[in-house]
Parts: sequence; structure tokens; C-alpha cells
Amino acid sequence: MSALLALDLDEATAADEPQPGAKDVLHGSILYLEGITVSFDGFRALDDLSLYIERGELRCIIGPNGAGKSTMMDVITGKTRPDLGSAIFDRNTDLLNLSEPEIAAAGIGRKFQKPTVFEQLPVFVNLELAMRANKGVWATLFARLSGEQRDRIDAVLHTIGLIENRDLHAGALSHGQKQWLEIGMLLMQEPRLMLVDEPVAGMTHQETERTAELLVSLAGERSVVVVEHDMEFVRSIARRVTVLHEGRVLAEGSMDTVQNDPKVIEVYLGA
Amino acid sequence: MLAALRERYPLADVIVLGALAALVIAVPILNLVVPTDSPLHISTFTVTLLGKYLCYATLALSVDLVWGYCGILTLGHGAFFALGGYAMGMYLMRQIGDRGVYGNPLLPDFMVFLNWPELPWYWWGFSSFPFAMAMVVAVPGLLALVFGWFAFRSRVTGVYLSIITQALTYALLLAFFRNEMGFGGNNGLTDFKDILGFNLQADGTRVALFVVTAIVLALSYVGCRAICASRYGRVVVAIRDAEDRARFLGYRVENFKLWIFVASAIVAGIAGALYVPQVGIINPSEFAPLSSIELVIWVAIGGRSSLYGAIAGALLVNYAKTQFTSFMPEAWLFVLGAMFVLGTLFLPNGIVGLGRRWAK
Amino acid sequence: MRIAFLAALIGAAAIAGSTAQMHADEAALGAAAEGLKSSNFRLKGEAIDQIAAEGSAQAQAVLRALLDGRLYITRATDQVVIAADGAQTPAITGAATGADLGSADKSDLKRIIINNQMRGSLNTALARMSLRAPDAAARVAAVESLFDSLNPDTVAMLREAEAAERDHSVLHALRTALALVDLESTNPADRRDALETLSGSMHADVRNRLVARLGDGADGAPIEPDADLRATTTAAVARIDRARRIYGLVETAFFGLSLGFVLVLAATGLAITFGVMGVINMAHGELMMLGAYATWCVQQLMPDNLEWSLVAAVPVAFLVAALAGIAIERGVVRFLYGRPLETLLATFGISLVLQQAVRSIFSPLNRAVATPGWMSGQWVINDALAITYNRLYIILFSIAVFLTLVAILRFTALGLQVRAVAQNRNMARAMGVRGGWIDAITFGLGSGVAGLAGVALSQLTNVGPNLGQSHIVDSFMVVVFGGVGNLWGTLVAGVSLGVANKFLEPFAGAVLAKILVLVFIILFIQRRPRGLFPQRGRAAEA
Repeated sequence: MSALLALDLDEATAADEPQPGAKDVLHGSILYLEGITVSFDGFRALDDLSLYIERGELRCIIGPNGAGKSTMMDVITGKTRPDLGSAIFDRNTDLLNLSEPEIAAAGIGRKFQKPTVFEQLPVFVNLELAMRANKGVWATLFARLSGEQRDRIDAVLHTIGLIENRDLHAGALSHGQKQWLEIGMLLMQEPRLMLVDEPVAGMTHQETERTAELLVSLAGERSVVVVEHDMEFVRSIARRVTVLHEGRVLAEGSMDTVQNDPKVIEVYLGA
Repeated sequence: MLAALRERYPLADVIVLGALAALVIAVPILNLVVPTDSPLHISTFTVTLLGKYLCYATLALSVDLVWGYCGILTLGHGAFFALGGYAMGMYLMRQIGDRGVYGNPLLPDFMVFLNWPELPWYWWGFSSFPFAMAMVVAVPGLLALVFGWFAFRSRVTGVYLSIITQALTYALLLAFFRNEMGFGGNNGLTDFKDILGFNLQADGTRVALFVVTAIVLALSYVGCRAICASRYGRVVVAIRDAEDRARFLGYRVENFKLWIFVASAIVAGIAGALYVPQVGIINPSEFAPLSSIELVIWVAIGGRSSLYGAIAGALLVNYAKTQFTSFMPEAWLFVLGAMFVLGTLFLPNGIVGLGRRWAK
Repeated sequence: MRIAFLAALIGAAAIAGSTAQMHADEAALGAAAEGLKSSNFRLKGEAIDQIAAEGSAQAQAVLRALLDGRLYITRATDQVVIAADGAQTPAITGAATGADLGSADKSDLKRIIINNQMRGSLNTALARMSLRAPDAAARVAAVESLFDSLNPDTVAMLREAEAAERDHSVLHALRTALALVDLESTNPADRRDALETLSGSMHADVRNRLVARLGDGADGAPIEPDADLRATTTAAVARIDRARRIYGLVETAFFGLSLGFVLVLAATGLAITFGVMGVINMAHGELMMLGAYATWCVQQLMPDNLEWSLVAAVPVAFLVAALAGIAIERGVVRFLYGRPLETLLATFGISLVLQQAVRSIFSPLNRAVATPGWMSGQWVINDALAITYNRLYIILFSIAVFLTLVAILRFTALGLQVRAVAQNRNMARAMGVRGGWIDAITFGLGSGVAGLAGVALSQLTNVGPNLGQSHIVDSFMVVVFGGVGNLWGTLVAGVSLGVANKFLEPFAGAVLAKILVLVFIILFIQRRPRGLFPQRGRAAEA
């Protein structure tokens, strides 16, 4: 199946218009990872990993520590170059030829595992910088916020519950608030594919629920990939779950299917 | 209403620009109009000293732009200052004409002394003031552009970048020491006579140079403020705080760093160009790694996250230097060393940071 | 008891005997020297022959002084004396006795003048005396000094010496000299043999002589009439040139190695503090300076024992620099872990304080550290290649220090703990490693090595307050070029940069060579920011 897919993909990229047989797969999917291998000093962080994300899908990825979840994110966003494999976004964008900013501009947004915001800048400015706009040097030097853009930032501030803190330096926020701010920055980016690494770590139960609601509401319009340890949270949002183990896909399917898979039970319970 | 006014015109800006405006008006009057025997008279020596300080303040501003705002600790900014200074020095050398010791109308004295047959090509055009001023901007700017293009594209950061900026200025130091380079070798360029036809020794010229320096500092301050207040400036701060995050938001980090580095180098070059006619000499010691690292401590002492802090630091440290080197020269390096150590240990945000903490 | 007494008696008699002999020699030399007072050049010439016949070291000294114009007659006492130098009031010694006569003003002295003919015979006489010198190297030098003044007299002398000579190197020089004579022979066979001998030489004079043979004489005809021999001469010159070029390369490589190992020595300490601990120590150069000053102090403390003072200085310099390093770490650096740029500035401040302290305590002037006998001089391998002992010893010292450090880091418990802290400070602490203590010791170790580098540098350059500054940029370049955290990288980087520098020098000049190397490193770092041997893996990404 993977060989067939790779073949179809080549043709698709070459002709831009997919072959009839492959049409469904190509049009339905926004991200293909195919045979991705990454090794650090002989240790294989990703080992022939293949993963396909459908358009508008909300996918959860789980797996024990060291399964390669973060490395996979790094490959998709251009931080790490794989030794082998291909990564295609939105039918014909070869991610492996692009730099991080180019990948971001192509429509992939990422939230880090450790909340990463611009601590010395106000919350409002954090969102302003994330906003989808021309991000060139000259454009930013003379950029002025339009009223419409201002409203949009305020709207996101409402969504993430930080409207009261709009002028506070991001460094002064609590851990949970930083998580929200980073999600807000992701929203401002208006990406077509969102990669969300551990969004609810450090959040209260109530906040977690709101995050779940938000992510579910985003799916459909956008594609969302969530990496999370919190099983309760995953169960509450996931339709489809992928289990990674030792750099490979161990199992894939609905939460129930995956949970009953003997291989998964073995990995998680060490039986 | 008051709050809005304050946001539009922050106190620090009002103070900095107000002080510079006061200097521009007061110094010429006190030097040229007030009689010499009056206690209010400012000697030409003091005017030149003040002018030198303001050049240093401009230089500190440029260092703060890249270090304070972009987090690039440059240990080679003296190189841009010196290059601007050499460009100005070359113009001043050409102005000497046949009034040199050897009376050669075509060649500067040191070239006659070293038996140069003719003026090397890179000295062409420096008889023209506009051309020389273009070079004051272009040479440091181009060097910064080329150096930064290589450095930032390959993501050299942190201490590595600091060390190669130091190597850059060290290499230039060695190069300018060579007589074969055609920049006067060890002795550099000196014995200047006049600028734009005005005698450099005249009080009026000195005062005019001071006024120009103060205006340039004010313009640099306003320019740097504008850059920092723009979205570009915020991206630069964002890059300092979380470079990867900025990259994943779609900003080409290397370009942002590059252009702020170039802008800063140009400001440093202009400062150097104003410095040379006032002190009357430019020589390779300006390229010494020690001079460059000293600039950093001006900014560190003043407060590196604010532009007025950099100006304050430059003025303060240099005033202390003048005092110490004339009264107890032995102690100066001890004091400077102590500033480095104590400043980094106890004043992470300089005097400005201390002031802010007290205000709270 | 009796035997001892007897032995003492015999000893005393022997000493008395030799003293008597010495007095006789002095008397003869004195009589001969009296002849030099004459204003008649013929009589002076005879006196020179008499003195030369004496053959003693003092006789040689007299002739040398005469040749150099340092032989005077005192106006007051009419004594023949040797002046030490051309100063206004030189120290003088008696010509016959060598006894110290204090000093005299030039106006009280009358110089003994010589003419050109005497100068020639003096040269020959001195060479003849040197040809009998006990030291083989001196005899070689004597032969080589005659290359320029080969005449029937000297040739006879050389042949005589050749018959008596046993030492291989002296024989080689003698045969070369005689071959140079044969080169002028009218017999082509002799000339051919001479060429055969000379083509194996590497002496610059020989080459010049051969090149001269290829030119045209005053009459326009070639000096060497035989076309075949001309070709042989050309080939011989080419062979000499090739050999000299190869040995020149070997010599350049050696200079490069010695510079490289100095760089390695200076950078190894930095590789530990910067590479292993991640601390930028800008005062590293000043720690080297402390080591060099420690060496100077040790020499001042044991002036009678120059030979051993350098050996004694090694542990002292290590300790002084190490203690200074530990003080820096405990006093400043430990408050700044994780803030490399601030560490850089603070340690730079320390370097200024150390420089000024040395300036205030020892004066701003350079101090000369003496070189012990066993380190001075050179090992002459052949006419084209000589290796100075100090550079050779410094290379060996550098290798020894480097290997010791590698061994400490790899095989000792301390080394294990150091590596553990370097990799993961928190984890190491959790396993019971005392992080603070290890930091201090590691910093002390790196600083101590800087002190050792100072000992080596004291043998190569001036010891002054700026010694550190002039080496710090180079040291950083080596560490960064080699790859941070990798001692072997430092070794490779230091040696290759040293060699590259020395090979560039002949084409570009010393300063430009250095600039080229710096520019190369700047470009290299931008292509490979992690150096030659980068640390890989996820840890390196952070």
C-alpha cells in the first residue's frame, strides 16, 4: 500500500492533477508522512514512520516517552531533517525542501510541548505577531494594525480568556494561561494544519474541558493533530487515535479499538 | 488625557531629546558668546570632550540595538565605528592637499614616506565630501551585511557569534596595522587641517561639530525608537526571547537579525565619522577587541533593555574614565574590571533596571 | 691515612706542575704579544705567526680581538690588553694572562691597527686553530668559514686536517671544501669528481658556487668549458635546490607543529572550561600570564639553579593558576551558570583586574625568563635543517599535558564525575555527585593547564601584562574550530591551524597569514557552527 501511494504521489506532484484511482486519498488527505527515518548517533528516533492525516480530521497521537512524538513534530515543521522518507503537505508541498518559516507560511502551525511565548512582550503583541500577515522585514517595519485586525485579536483574547490580561507581559502569566496564549497564537495564525503538543498539561479540570471543546470545534474547518498523555482528555476528543512506539506506528483506530489492542496493552502495561 | 499624552510622549524620550536640545542651544552660547573669563564659559576643550561623549553615546545606542533588543552580544562593534572613522579620516587626509610635511599635492604624507608611487584605487573619490559620507554609511553597512548574511543564515548564535565578531575586529586590527594596506599602518591618519574648508582647530568648527553630533544622536535615538516601536522591533525582541517560536510563526529570523545588525553598524559608522574630526586622529587601536568589549559594558551599566539606558551608561562610564585616567590612571582598569563583574552579578538591567526596581 | 696523604701530595704536585706550565705559556704569549706593539707591519706579521703557533685558547682570543679591532695598548702602563666591547669605557683583560684589569676609558687606550694582508693571515690562523678545536661542531664551523677564502695555504691546511680527522660530519665538510677547490681544477676529471661530491651537499655557499660556474667569464666564454660538465652542474644545482626545498618544507612543518602545539596547550584549558563546563572564561589568557609570571618568580628565587628552575616552575605555575581559577569560579562564575554571555563579560572584567594587578606589582615592562642550558641551542640535522631544542621540548611538554588530561577525564573517578556533570547537571546531582565541588575542581583543572601553557610561553615570548590578551582570540578559535566539548578536536584544530599558519607565512607574510587563518575560521564556523568534530544528538540541539 505504501509503495502504491508513493507512486501515486509522485505522479500527483508531477502533474498537479491526481490520477483518478488515487483521487480520493489525495484529496481527502492534508498530510502524508511516508517512510520517515531519523537517527541521532545510531539511535532511531523515528523508524520508517508513515502517517496520513485527513482533511478536517482531529487526530490524537499517544505513546510512551521516547516514542518519537516530538521528533515527528520537528520533522513536519522543518526543525529536523529526516535521513529518509518524504513528507507532503496539501497535495503537492514537499515539506522537506522548506525552511521553518516557509512551512509556517504554507499553513502549518505548532504549539510546543513546553509553552513558548514571548515573555518580554505584552499578551496583545504576542497575538499580533502570530497574526496571519505579510511577515517580511519591510512589511513589518511599516505595519499598522487595522481596526478589523484589532477586533480579531480581541476576539481571540476573549476565546482564550485573557482579555483582562491583554497588556500584561506574557512572562507574568500562569502556566495554564501561557498554554492558552499559545493556543491563541495558533488561532491567529489561521493554519490549515495545527500541531498541538500536550495542550492541557498544567491546566485545571475546567480549563481542560474548555480546551477540548475548542479543539473539537476547530476540527472540520482545520485539521488538528494533538499529542497528549492525558488519556481522559484524549478519550473526550478523539475520533481516531494513533499509537507510536519506538519510532513506529504501533496501532491506529478508534479509542476503543486501540485500547483493546494487545500490542498496545503490552507496551503500556509492560505485560 | 495625561495618560494618553504620556503614552504618546514617554518621559524618557522627553528627557533625552530635551537634554540634547538644551545642549545644542546652550553649548554654542556658553562657548562662543559668553566671555572667556566668565565662570559660565565652556572651554573649547570641554566642548570637544562633550562631543566625544556624544559620539560614544551614539555608538552605545547601536550596540544596544543588537544586544539589548536582539540578544546578539557583539564583541566587534568597534570595527564598524573605526571603519566609519577611517572613511572620514581619508576625506580629511585628502583635504590636507599640499600642506603636509612633504608638501606632496597628490599623496598623503605617510604614502610619500613609504614610497607609494601613486594613490591606491580605494582612495579615489575621498576628496569629495559627499562620496566620503556615502562611504561612512556604505562600508560598515556592507561589512555587516556580508558578515551577518553568513553568520545568521548558518544560525551561529550565542557565544559563538560573540567570539567570531571578536575575531572579525581582531583580523581587521591586524590588517590595519600593516603599512601595505595603505591606511597609515600603526600611526593611522592624523594631522588633519580642515573640514569642508573650515579650520578644524577653530572654536566655531568645534562647536559646529558638537552641534552636529548632538543632532545625529537625537536622530539616531528617534530612529532606533521608531524601529523598536514598530512591529519589526517587536519581532526582533520576540526572536531574542524565543527564536524557534518566531521561526514557527513564519518569520525569517535570519533576515530580521541581519537588517538590525546592518542598521546598527551604520549608526556605529556614523558615530565613528563624527568622532574622528573631533579627536583629530584615527588609528588601528580602535579595532582592538578591548575597545569593542568596553562598549558592551557601557550598555550593560546603563541598562541594556532601554535605549536611554545605553546613552546614560556611555556618558557615565566615559566620564568616570576621564576622571580616573587623569587623577589615578593605575586604578582605572581595576574600576572598569569591577564594573564588568559587579555589573553582571548585581545589575542585570543596569542603572535603569535599578531605577525601575526602586520606582516599584 | 698514609695513602691518602700520598695521594694529596701527588695531587698537589700535579696542580703545581700544571700551574708552572701555564705560567710558561703565558710568558711565551706575552713575549709574542709584545711584538704587536711595533708600528712595523712586517714585525707585527711575525708576532701574529708566533701567537698562532702558541695555539692556546688565550692566543686565539688575542687574535680574534686583533681581527675585531679590540686589541689595545694602554697609554699609562704600555700593556697589551683586550677590550670586551666597543663601549666608551670597556672592561679590559690582559692579552697574555686573560686577567681582569677592570675597565679603562678609550682615551687611555691605543688601538693596534692591522692591514688587509694581516687580516687575511689572521683569518687563516684563526681557522687553523679552530680546525684543531676539541668540539666537532666548532671544527665544522671552521671549515665552513673557509669556503669563501680557499687559497693554497688554506687548502694545504684542509688536506692536513682531512688526514687527521675522524669525525664523520667534519670529514664531510672538509671534503666539500676540497671539492670546491677541485671545481676550479683544469682537469675535467677532477671537476667531475668534485661535482659528484658537491651535489650531495645542501650548503648555501656550495649552491652559489655552482651557480657561478654556470655563468660566463670576463672574456665572455663560459666559465665551465665542458658542455657535458655544464649539464652535470645544472643537474647538481637542481638536486641541491630540491633537497633544500624538501628540508625547507620539513622545517616549516616543524615550525608549524611547534606553533600548533603551543596553541593546543593554550586552548586545552579553555576546552575544559568552555567545552566541558560551557563557561566562557575570558580571563583564560590572564591565567596563562599568571603561569608565566610564576615561572619568572621561581627563577628569581633560585638564581643559582637555572637548569632546574623551569622544572620547579611547572607545579608552581599549575597551582597558582588553578587556585586563581577556583577563586574565579567560586567568586563569580558559579552565580552565572546558564547565562553564558554574562559569564563572558564578568570574566572579561576579571581579566582586566588581573592585567592591572600584574602591571602594578611587577611593573608594566616585560620580564625576561632565562632559558636553561638544556633547552637552548639547536639540533643540527644537516646544512638545511636545524631544530631548536626549546620548540622541541615544548611540543613534547604539550603532548604530555594533553595526554595526561585525556587520561584524567577518561580513567579517573574525578573524570567520570566531570563528564557526568557536563552531560546532565541535575541527573548527576541526583546520583550523589557534588556539582559545586566538581565545577570548582574542573575549573581549577582548566585554569591550571592555562598556567602550564604560561610556563611554555615564557620560553617563547616576552612575559608581560599583555601576554594573555595576545593569545586569547587564538585559543578561542582553536576550541571553536575543533568542536566544543571535544578534546581531540582541540588537538587536531590546534595543530592544523599552526601548520597552516606557518605554511602560509612564506607567501603572505606573518600578519596576513594570521588574518587569512582568522577569516578562514570565521567562514568555517558559519558553514559548520559546531566545529570539526561536533557533538551530536538531542542533547546538542538544546
